[in-house]
Amino acid sequence: MGRLDGKVVFITGVARGQGRSHAIRFAEEGADIIGIDVVEPIAGSTSPPATQADMDETVRAVEALDRRIVATKADVRSLEQVKKAVDDGVAQLGRLDVVIANAGVSTFMGPAESLTEEAFVDMVDINLTGVWRSCAAAIPHIKAGGRGGSIIMTSSAAGLMAYANVGHYVAAKHGVVGLMRTLALELAPDSIRVNSIHPTTVDTPMVNNEATFRLFRPDVENPGVDDFIEAAKVMNALPIGWVEAVDISNAMVWLASDEARYVTGVTLPVDAGAVIK
Amino acid sequence: MGRLDGKVVLVSGVARSQGRSHALRFAQEGADVIGFDVLDEIKGSPSPAATQADMDETVRQVEALDRRIVATKADVRDYAAVKAAVEEGVAQLGRIDVVLGNAGVFTAPSLAEDMEDDIFMDTLDINVAGVWRTAKAAIPHLKKNEHGGSIILTSSVAGLMGYPNFAHYVASKHAVVGLMRTLALELAPHHIRVNSVHPGSVNTVMVMNDTLARLFRPDLENPTTDDFKAVAKQMNPMGIDLLEAYDISNAMVFLASDEARYITGVTLPVDAGTMVQ
Repeated sequence: MGRLDGKVVFITGVARGQGRSHAIRFAEEGADIIGIDVVEPIAGSTSPPATQADMDETVRAVEALDRRIVATKADVRSLEQVKKAVDDGVAQLGRLDVVIANAGVSTFMGPAESLTEEAFVDMVDINLTGVWRSCAAAIPHIKAGGRGGSIIMTSSAAGLMAYANVGHYVAAKHGVVGLMRTLALELAPDSIRVNSIHPTTVDTPMVNNEATFRLFRPDVENPGVDDFIEAAKVMNALPIGWVEAVDISNAMVWLASDEARYVTGVTLPVDAGAVIK
Repeated sequence: MGRLDGKVVLVSGVARSQGRSHALRFAQEGADVIGFDVLDEIKGSPSPAATQADMDETVRQVEALDRRIVATKADVRDYAAVKAAVEEGVAQLGRIDVVLGNAGVFTAPSLAEDMEDDIFMDTLDINVAGVWRTAKAAIPHLKKNEHGGSIILTSSVAGLMGYPNFAHYVASKHAVVGLMRTLALELAPHHIRVNSVHPGSVNTVMVMNDTLARLFRPDLENPTTDDFKAVAKQMNPMGIDLLEAYDISNAMVFLASDEARYITGVTLPVDAGTMVQ
């Protein structure tokens, strides 16, 4: 018996990284999946774009667990695309219980004064407004079910504290907290809980790339993963360089389950103690 | 298969209420229990003292789940007694993996300026120093574990926000957060995680008594606990009157399990959104 048997979860950024991990963990716990991903290059992104092959792999992994998945190419910068994908998913899977607003990017790095207007606005458009669009598209379906639900937003340790040279990212991730708290109040009467998760660095394509290694190790000419982990460890209280995607997924499963039926409005770090260090 | 098979959990205040619930939920997940309780009157407490019969009932219910429990009478104000209880438990059960610093009191409410010195000091002695003594007695055992451990301190929404007439309790529960953050930093190198849980009003004798009813219903001559419940509903956006003890236990299980292996230094409200209202 799974902890989420019979539930349907909507996941943004489902093609790979944390999104794929969430899809697999939720499927393991008995849920069906509605997933979207932009599956396209993002201007200035520090990681290579997700591909259709990535998306196909997510679908394969979920179906291998005997769960259903409706996976669509859609961009969180377009409310119309997101809404259509969610509506189609609900039409096929019959209901919606959980939203995981996971899609996000890491782009151009540098002091805030040197960021371009485009870099800043695009960041907010994806990492903050994209979260709002994902919720806006999903909320009517959760309300229509009349069974309550759970919305979980992926913020970041950078949603609770500052990191130099990623001012646009830090601003967007802090904004997610404000959106989370407001939705928690607005949706509590419908027994829809809203929380945010705040990961430290996670071993995914967003972090495991040369641009991120350079941000962490400006002192090394061609930093590799070991150089990165050495520096990343200094930021975490626990003696580790990064967490795995499944660690974030496990927190999502708990928040989505009935074990957390009265947990709402909470910022939950999964950060190896980065925020308190 | 339980999520805590083979683990041993130390629970303070184990005779009844949240402490008993934690012992039972952890036993359901496969853990053995070392528990202690003061089983004595606390000056100014509006709820009746826990009794040996309460303690016996906790023992009976844990053993009915085919788990072992070593239950001792000990006062968190007395380090020698706490240490003896912990040592006896480890001698019989072999180890400690998880510590739940749960024992606490809520005594004679009044405006801070009217509070008696011994009422204030007793609250700190039990709710803060008592939690510290519990952790102190257990930490040497946690450090022996190859895979570290998890310490979870019971704070309160009153550990994150103020309440009139609760100065002693609010101060003590805020202090628990400071203790938690410091222990999290000190113990991280040993892979020992430390977090605090912040319940709203829970359906236990600490909350469901005439003193609290009168405090929250000054408008009524002889308010009952049902009258308290009517206003408790307005203290959170979900509109629930009381949490059940097992809602807190479920959060404890999550934080103690490997699902939360990189969660440390976190304040986790289980409060139906009280904090964001």
